[in-house]
Amino acid sequence: MEAFGLYNYWIVIFLMMSGFYVVIARGNLVKKLVGLNIFQASVFVFYISMGKVAGGTAPIIAEGVETYSNPLPHVLILTAIVVGVATTALGLSLVVRINEEYGTVEEEELAGKDPAE
Amino acid sequence: MIASVHFPILQIVLPLLLAPVCVLLRGARLAWFTALTASWGAFGIAVALLYDVLAGGPVSYAVGGWNAPWGIELRVDAANAFVLTIVAGIGAVVMIFARKSVEHEIGDSRAYLFYSAYLLCLAGLLGVTVTGDAFNLFVFLEISSLSSYVLISLGKDRRALYAAYQYLILGTIGATFYLIGVGLLYQVTGTLNMMDLAQRIGGQEDLRGVHVAFAFLTVGISLKLALFPLHFWLPNAYAYAPSAVTGFMAATATKVSVYVLLRVFFTIFGVDFSFGQMPLGEILMILAVAAMFAASTVAIFQNDVKRMLAYSSVAQIGYIVLGIGMASVTGVQAGVLHLFNHALIKGGLFLAMGCIAYSIGSTHIRDLGGLGKRMPWTAAAFVAGGFGLIGIPMTAGFVSKWYLVLAALEQGWWWIAVLILLSSLLAVLYVWKVVERMYFQPAGGTGETVERAEAPLGLLIPTWILIVASIWFGIDTRLSAGAALEAAKTLLGAG
Repeated sequence: MEAFGLYNYWIVIFLMMSGFYVVIARGNLVKKLVGLNIFQASVFVFYISMGKVAGGTAPIIAEGVETYSNPLPHVLILTAIVVGVATTALGLSLVVRINEEYGTVEEEELAGKDPAE
Repeated sequence: MIASVHFPILQIVLPLLLAPVCVLLRGARLAWFTALTASWGAFGIAVALLYDVLAGGPVSYAVGGWNAPWGIELRVDAANAFVLTIVAGIGAVVMIFARKSVEHEIGDSRAYLFYSAYLLCLAGLLGVTVTGDAFNLFVFLEISSLSSYVLISLGKDRRALYAAYQYLILGTIGATFYLIGVGLLYQVTGTLNMMDLAQRIGGQEDLRGVHVAFAFLTVGISLKLALFPLHFWLPNAYAYAPSAVTGFMAATATKVSVYVLLRVFFTIFGVDFSFGQMPLGEILMILAVAAMFAASTVAIFQNDVKRMLAYSSVAQIGYIVLGIGMASVTGVQAGVLHLFNHALIKGGLFLAMGCIAYSIGSTHIRDLGGLGKRMPWTAAAFVAGGFGLIGIPMTAGFVSKWYLVLAALEQGWWWIAVLILLSSLLAVLYVWKVVERMYFQPAGGTGETVERAEAPLGLLIPTWILIVASIWFGIDTRLSAGAALEAAKTLLGAG
């Protein structure tokens, strides 16, 4: 069954949508970052699945092996993971600073803390 | 000369390597000097590249000696050489401005962090502009975005932190959308090099994967360039960031994103697919006109002038996108030309606000009374920049709006031309609001003696460089309009 064979991509879509939903729907700044991470992780899974060749192994030349997976998307996603880690670290440090200044990390409470212009 | 072969990579490497040097040096003065060297060096290289490209055609550079399409290719043609020059130029001029402004708003103890982040941001933006590789573009985009979140969060007001956080969330969503789009394209074509992509997409236009990739790329980049209605991160980020950062970002970050959009539409997908097969022209046109009117109207009701100018930026991006949406040579030329002119005008205006923030400590409209007497040079700079924003003849803003109207009439869309003129009237309203306060209302309200509090020369000179440039390119359009025409021809010819 083809739909079942593509289960990686179903997982990608599920993770992508749930992560995206969390980013939009949650008011807690830390939870938003968690959602963002799930969202990014879905893209990692997407790239990794894309590089997989059915029956292929790791791209190391060895005897008796003819099919190799495509290493390029895997390498690309290493870079994207690094970017994701940096984004999360920066986001969390911003949340720490916001918490220091405002004493809360809830969006609703933040809104009332500054006087309107 | 051996070095000139390496110019495309050198102008990224220079700021990238000197950024950690700033951190090691620590001293505010030394770090500033390092950053100044890097940014002016990058500007010099960008100008040299522009002349090379206009004289001798596109320059291609294989990073590390790995040839395209396997290796990463840096490719400079008429379109990005022009964008490169304006980005590096603004980066260099704002750096002069930064010393006094940063000393005042961030403090000498943390200044080296500012310069380091600034150089990283500049390196990222220049990298996005020169790269010919779709994935490499994502990496540079994230370098510039991550450092710009840091730069915004350095603002004095605590709201800067929340603004930076919001920008981080939306910016990351935009960049991730871009990544998904590139992944889908790789799935269809098996390549990441832009030129190679363009060739291999030919004939595959009916695949669902290509359509989905196109949608993800368009939405992702539109978030980055703050196309209405995806602009919600922009006003807060610009209003609360340090003055030098606002001046730099407003003139470069969104402009580079516009350039990426041009690349994706015209170079990768080609004009036939983007505007023929996909209803992109209509969508962009509607969003652009909505931006021109909605954002300008909101700008009229802002009390903080920095915030007002930020909304005006959203409106001006509307003009740029309108030109692109016409997908004709004149239209794209007008878009690219306005990209250039608006960078100068808005950069100058935000730097003028930086002068005011330095001397008065506020950019709120109620504090600007009597400024025409207190800070005559700064107020005059604001007026000159404001004229450019409205599009009064003899300013750069007039030239680009003139080309936009020409492009609209060329297509027979006279009503678009009328809308451009009508929305300019909205700009008159918000610029006049500030000018009236500056020149026709006394300071404070009581009849105290007016004392002059002009900003120091270290701030005034860079502000006036940008303002004079915006007037210069309003009178002598040979360089700007000529280069924009070359850029438009290159982009449309490649499709």
